[in-house]
Amino acid sequence: MVEKNAAKNADVSVPALGPLGMLRWAWTQLTSMRTALFLLLLLAVAAVPGSLFPQRSVNPEQVNQYLANNPGAGEWLDRFQLFDVYSSVWFSAIYLLLFISLIGCVIPRARKHAKALRTPPPRTPARLSRLPEHGTVPLPAEHDGGPSGAAVVQRAAELLRKRGYRVEARPEGPAPSVAAERGYLREIGNLVFHVSLIGVLGSVAVGGMFGYGGQRLLVEGESFVNTLVSYDSFSPGTNFSEESLVPFSIRLDRFEVEFDRESKTHFGQPIDFTASVTTTDTPGAEAQQKQLKVNHPVRIGGTAVYLVGNGYAPVVTVRDGNGDIAFQGPVIGVPQDAAYTSLVVIKVPDARPDQLGFVGFFLPTAVIGEDGVSFSADPSATIPQLNLNSYYGDLGLDAGDPQNVYVLDPSTLTELNSRNLDAGGIVLDAGTSYDLPEGKGSVSFDGLKRYVALDIRHDPGKVPVAVFSALALMGLGISLFVPRRRAWIKVVEAGARSGGTQSDGTGERIIEYGLLARGEDPRLVAEAAELRTLLEREWPGMVRERV
Amino acid sequence: MPSINEQLGAYSDLFMLLAAFAYAVGFIAFAWDLAKSNSTIRELEAGLLEAEARQLAAVGGPAPVKNAGRTAASGGALVSESMDYVKDSGKRKAARVAVSVAWIGVGIHAVAVVSRALAAARVPWGNMYEFLTTGALIVALVFMAALLRKDLRFMGTFVMLLVTIMLCAATMGFPTPVAHLVPALQSPWLVIHVSIAVLASALFTITFAMGVLQLLQDGRQKRLAAGGQDRLAFMRLVPSAVALENAAYRVNTVAFVMWTFTVMAGAVWAEAAWGRYWGWDTKEVWSFVIWVVYAGYLHARATRGWTGARSAWLSIIGYLCIIFNFTVVNLYFNGLHSYAGV
Repeated sequence: MVEKNAAKNADVSVPALGPLGMLRWAWTQLTSMRTALFLLLLLAVAAVPGSLFPQRSVNPEQVNQYLANNPGAGEWLDRFQLFDVYSSVWFSAIYLLLFISLIGCVIPRARKHAKALRTPPPRTPARLSRLPEHGTVPLPAEHDGGPSGAAVVQRAAELLRKRGYRVEARPEGPAPSVAAERGYLREIGNLVFHVSLIGVLGSVAVGGMFGYGGQRLLVEGESFVNTLVSYDSFSPGTNFSEESLVPFSIRLDRFEVEFDRESKTHFGQPIDFTASVTTTDTPGAEAQQKQLKVNHPVRIGGTAVYLVGNGYAPVVTVRDGNGDIAFQGPVIGVPQDAAYTSLVVIKVPDARPDQLGFVGFFLPTAVIGEDGVSFSADPSATIPQLNLNSYYGDLGLDAGDPQNVYVLDPSTLTELNSRNLDAGGIVLDAGTSYDLPEGKGSVSFDGLKRYVALDIRHDPGKVPVAVFSALALMGLGISLFVPRRRAWIKVVEAGARSGGTQSDGTGERIIEYGLLARGEDPRLVAEAAELRTLLEREWPGMVRERV
Repeated sequence: MPSINEQLGAYSDLFMLLAAFAYAVGFIAFAWDLAKSNSTIRELEAGLLEAEARQLAAVGGPAPVKNAGRTAASGGALVSESMDYVKDSGKRKAARVAVSVAWIGVGIHAVAVVSRALAAARVPWGNMYEFLTTGALIVALVFMAALLRKDLRFMGTFVMLLVTIMLCAATMGFPTPVAHLVPALQSPWLVIHVSIAVLASALFTITFAMGVLQLLQDGRQKRLAAGGQDRLAFMRLVPSAVALENAAYRVNTVAFVMWTFTVMAGAVWAEAAWGRYWGWDTKEVWSFVIWVVYAGYLHARATRGWTGARSAWLSIIGYLCIIFNFTVVNLYFNGLHSYAGV
């Protein structure tokens, strides 16, 4: 009963900590090494789902696909933000807590180290023989012509200082000594590393706020001007303003692809993509010829243009039922395989009296397979051919709803040409034309161009991230490889060694040294050996001389 | 672009097989060394006793019966805690054969990798086959180089087995003829980023082996201390758990700095190639996970209650992540690091 009461009392006494006390307790817990370690491991675990599930930030199409394929589970996964792991509440919570813990750790450590930097090396221990590394070197008595204890200590201090130690000589007293410490840089490196990580995080945030990125397909001969309307797709940062778009321009003059024509096993594998472009930094500025390649973006001011894809764009003319040109120009072919078999969709909303639509493939090197179906045998445009189906009717564009330009929805259309109809599919070789059935118009394959897919990116956080990363790496190296150690050297009467006070009266003395590692220091043994060599070289052979 | 030298490539393939064969022989010899460690230890101890007796006889002392027991129990004379070579350990004949064969294997392997590089006129790490074969060479080289200074022969069995498996996996699982690099890999960062990644992985491999041995040795030491039977007699050729932990920590710090550099260099390359320095591509995710796990390992060293077996587990988990990143992520996850020719 008594115990129970005591327990009750203990329970009652908890709120007595008060909100401030609780806060302090929480802070102590959060900033402890154990918590930091736990959060680190938790962060590692939390990052994993991002590689198991498709991520919106990486590939939104895949996420939609996944949701469509797994209607029940997908919804629940989405509820727990498993498709947005790296911007999710729980992932953010872990790394923010980790960084708070880090700050809570770094600040007191920095304060402590600032104090240590102003404090002289610690007092000389009475028994150096208790240190992990220690030893003695004989020194003759003063009446035998040996140097005074104070002189030895001063000289030893000098030697230690040359080895990078901060020293304090203590020549007075019965056992003159020098205390030394080195490797203050180790802790500074550690602090720089951790502070730089905060810097990296901050810079990433800046990039996410003020940066932007977008895509644009550019056919040979076309130009892109860096304004919002020119983008095919655009993702602005949270604090993006349109004024931050520098109106540079870039024109694709020519795009060349080199395929492997020597290797039997890798025949037709691409080995070089080169886009020749003309850029102007601002409207009216001087035009510059540049080469844009994979791994070699074109940088204009703080914005960079990357080559991320390419394909063929057959030039097509479509005439409508009235005989008027309803469409003329290059059509993007979306490559489906290594031989550039390209999906082509042509929507002709201007065709009259009926709108026209085409779906099919562009084949750079068209070959008819055994099953009678054409396919592309090579990525080079040696036998270019268009294989199309055609439709007429209402394309559904007039309602103003946004549509995917690479998908034709045939539900509201009537089929004109396909393998299933008497008219058959449309097969167009380069330079040929085809009249659509029922007088609906005609389509001709006039020429061939290439296009490139460009990524245009601006990230003001990039340079700071690089700087902080470099600092972090440097700090890390210093904090791991610069040893922090203390050393003491003292002169004692031979009989009074190791803290004893009794002298044997002969006046014979020894130099005692001891070393202590602060933190990891696998080379302490080697340092002790070198120190010994130095001492022996400085006060050599005196014992032997006397004998 | 210079032409591919297919004949040289074929020679490279042949040498790769020969190297795998040499490593397999080296593995058997190292395993033999461990298996007969009981009799070796007895022999060595007899030798030590004899020498000591002779020495003492010369000065007229009694035969040292007591000391022999100490040597046998701790194995003190067989392996040094700092993993330096002990004079009499040279009598391990099987181990000496194993080391020689391993060197021959490294020689042949180096010829194979270099000829592959010459055949393609580029660095030999552009696809899975090349990552495996070059990675195996670096693992073997790092181990053999360490052997020159430190007595790490107790790890020979593991390392030889691993490189044999890597070479077999490469030649059987991912045979890839020599070819040019696809445009995405044509960058100086391929040389910098991948070479340091491979080197860091090789070091992590070594510390992984040390971690496993540390756990075994730890268990064995506890059992012996409790008066139990020594069920892992060959572990007498392995240093103490604490020595293994300290050595592993030293190597892990170097490897961690290299891995940090790998991730940063990868980010610089990603910026030039894909337009962003970090995008949570699957490979990036796992590189990050590995980095965080090893960062945890370094912190564990400074956390009370987390040294010893726990930190060894962290090191082992980190290495398993590396294996996962190299195999499953490369082969089954689709990401930007999906390479041509895999």
